[in-house]
Amino acid sequence: MSLDALARDQLLSLEKQFRFQWEPAQESFVLLYPEGLIKLPGSSGEIMKLIDGSKSVDMIIAHLEEQFPGIDLKNDVLDFLEHAYEKNWIRTN
Amino acid sequence: MKKIGSVQTNQPKGPLWVNAEITYKCPLHCVFCYNPLDYASTFKSELSTEDWLKVFKQSRELGAVQLGISGGEPLMRDDVEIMVEEGTKMGYYVNLLTSGIGLTEKRIAAFKEGGLGQIQLSFQDSTKELNDFLSSTKTFELKSKVAKLIKEHDYPMVLNVVLHRLNIDHIGQILEMAEAMGADHVELANSQYYAWALKNRAYLMPSAEQLRKAEETTNRFREKIGNKMKLYFIVPDYYSNRPKACMNGWGSVFLNVAPDGLALPCHEARMLPGLTFPNVRDNDMGWIWNESPAFNAYRGESWMQEPCSSCDERTKDFGGCRCQAFQLTGDATNTDPVCDKSPHHNIITEAVELAQKPQAPAVDVKPIIFFRDDKNSKALIAQEI
Repeated sequence: MSLDALARDQLLSLEKQFRFQWEPAQESFVLLYPEGLIKLPGSSGEIMKLIDGSKSVDMIIAHLEEQFPGIDLKNDVLDFLEHAYEKNWIRTN
Repeated sequence: MKKIGSVQTNQPKGPLWVNAEITYKCPLHCVFCYNPLDYASTFKSELSTEDWLKVFKQSRELGAVQLGISGGEPLMRDDVEIMVEEGTKMGYYVNLLTSGIGLTEKRIAAFKEGGLGQIQLSFQDSTKELNDFLSSTKTFELKSKVAKLIKEHDYPMVLNVVLHRLNIDHIGQILEMAEAMGADHVELANSQYYAWALKNRAYLMPSAEQLRKAEETTNRFREKIGNKMKLYFIVPDYYSNRPKACMNGWGSVFLNVAPDGLALPCHEARMLPGLTFPNVRDNDMGWIWNESPAFNAYRGESWMQEPCSSCDERTKDFGGCRCQAFQLTGDATNTDPVCDKSPHHNIITEAVELAQKPQAPAVDVKPIIFFRDDKNSKALIAQEI
């Protein structure tokens, strides 16, 4: 079964089994899930921080572009979100 | 953006996973149980709620993120609710590993409220008769009810089925049962031969033919069901020629605390001779993890003997399992005999050869099998068996 492509206008949430938090010992944002840990260093953590059920892919890109003006980050953000969606870390509402 | 989601497996800073074996009391008597044979010796010295919360807090400060609450049957204690709630508040992802016995509507609601992350339900088999035989109680119907409760409370249905010679041929029915229960993850793990399972090894090890058929059935089912259910099939390590990277290395990520407060690098380490395992009643977790001689005993490579010490795979599997090396060769610093480079590998191949011979059907085996129960455990403490 293949997943549908990630829609850019739908609101994104974490999958229900995942928890996102800052880990001082790892000096990184992490995703926690049953018996596991995914480290989200640097920008991947910053993107994941924006996934709160109230923003779509396009809104997240716009938000980051406003935060980091002049940097072309659209493709990187898309790559990461598609990866996260394929891995079932996030879902559309 | 390059290193997305790199999973940390060998974290030198501190434990990532704390497994709290809060009691060895259990209403089941599974023949493959990995609890120590003398588990009954811990009944009078179980840690208090406050002791456990102290262990959780100190381990969290070391960087642990996953908390397992297991046993025995953890629900034999009435303070699991407090542990779940406080553990979650500390920032843990809390996992409950249960047979489901004692999981009432009221308790599961309290766990949900307290932030419990997941419930892992163990199942012995899909047929009531064999399930009851293998766990030696009438529990199957109860577990089916519990599975429903788990779904109703919006938890993923995580099923853990221990496979072995007596139930592996039922794998098709087991998978159908898992589907009917709406299981999301199913771990079909062949029993590992430690403690009670080692005692019963001759009755538990499947033949190569049984394994082949079971894997085929699993693969067919996986194709049929697609992404709806994640299926993991784990063969006994005796059928490999390289050892497992046990616990990702001694004292690397995993910290087990037994009901009596003994801190261990794995579930089985209590059996190893020559090591004094620290007790959480006497020492703080920082010292236990970082400084204690027991947790440092098999870190790194200096303890290794040949063929491990010059082997180019030693950084990958760390020489396998110390407990398996000890219980099969008598020396924990030996290469895990699962490795075909080990001079003791014949111990493994002989046990595997034995498993190819036909044996009596399950029901006939019952009088010989060694059930994990308090009577047998106490007898073992007194060395009567």
